[in-house]
Amino acid sequence: MEFKDYYQILGVERDASQDDIKRAYRRLARKYHPDVSKESDAEARFKEMKEAYEVLKDPEKRSAYDQFGANWKAGQDFQPPPNWQREYSFGGGGESFGDAGQFSDFFETLFGQARGGGFGGFRTGGRMKGEDINASVTIPLEDAYRGASRTITLEVPEADTDGSVRRRRKTLNVKIPPGITAGKRIRLEKQGGPGFGGSPPGDLYLAIDFEPHPFYRADGRDIHLELPVTPWEAALGRKVKVPTLGGAVDLQIPAGSSSGKMLRLKGRGLSGTPPGDQYVELKVVVPPASDEKTRELYETLERGHSVNPRAKLGV
Amino acid sequence: MAERTLAGLRGIVLDEQVTFTLGELSHACGVRTELVVEMVDHGVIEPATSTDEWQFYGDSIVRAQRALRLVQDLELNWPGAALVLDLLDELDRLQKR
Repeated sequence: MEFKDYYQILGVERDASQDDIKRAYRRLARKYHPDVSKESDAEARFKEMKEAYEVLKDPEKRSAYDQFGANWKAGQDFQPPPNWQREYSFGGGGESFGDAGQFSDFFETLFGQARGGGFGGFRTGGRMKGEDINASVTIPLEDAYRGASRTITLEVPEADTDGSVRRRRKTLNVKIPPGITAGKRIRLEKQGGPGFGGSPPGDLYLAIDFEPHPFYRADGRDIHLELPVTPWEAALGRKVKVPTLGGAVDLQIPAGSSSGKMLRLKGRGLSGTPPGDQYVELKVVVPPASDEKTRELYETLERGHSVNPRAKLGV
Repeated sequence: MAERTLAGLRGIVLDEQVTFTLGELSHACGVRTELVVEMVDHGVIEPATSTDEWQFYGDSIVRAQRALRLVQDLELNWPGAALVLDLLDELDRLQKR
């Protein structure tokens, strides 16, 4: 197994005081906490920090860890000394961290499994639920509209016959119901980590995210679309085709529209009770005067018009 | 590692279409009901109804679990966790614009 340099993980010197260690952990935890951080590797980083802090904040564990000395480097192949178990006994460390199977093999070999305990004594006693697992899946908007199935692969802890915990790969095929919106979570009861001592398994929470779409933007159940129109479609008012997730529909553009005008297609967003709407923002696209004919037409317009679009700007 | 495929699992979407009782919410978070009552008292989560028997919308599970992690990992108190969650929601909303 790989040696973990807990001092390096927290960014402190080996002779750092307990206060320094606490401060370093708090500062890093604020930055990398998965519920707060936008960093892509926040979850993995935070897990490492929690493990490092779990060891270094406890003087007994820290002094046991310290005897490996500064010669060990992170990632080096590590085996605990043969007399380790007899000299030190850490009866399942980490009473403040409830989730079993969270820490590395390195931690568990040295300090035992961080099992049980729980939320400052608030966790339901006796019936310790298995580990809840949070996962996420990114889907195209079309799949959110129609509903879809996704195969996801998770690593869940599983108790071996000898009671030790191993990570096992588990593949699930999950139905994504039509009308789901970005940021929502699907709860799959009892699909998380197994419970210990006859307690029920944990749950799986699957967070849904949308892939960026080439022209739609979702806001909850509403869909936003920027619709290019010609100056004459906007000025004269014309019926044009508009794409929606459910297929193209006709939209009447009111005469005298300008760029930025917002039109609503009721009920054409993501399904639900009530369904979302599609908002269409007009964007007038001006064809270039690239040939003689077009040029003449623009000049005719110019001659027939003395409108100043900048009047409100005082120029 | 062994592999096993389970076909076509249907979960519950945690939104305002589903509600949970106090007991169900506590169970989902793996905490005692007293702790959920504390969260309600501090405005971390809000019951969907004001009737005698509390019902919570699905998103309350997600919010309660996030609050629990924040309190535990960042040594926050309940009002602090509620404030962080509100600000994160606001940040999300602004970034979507």
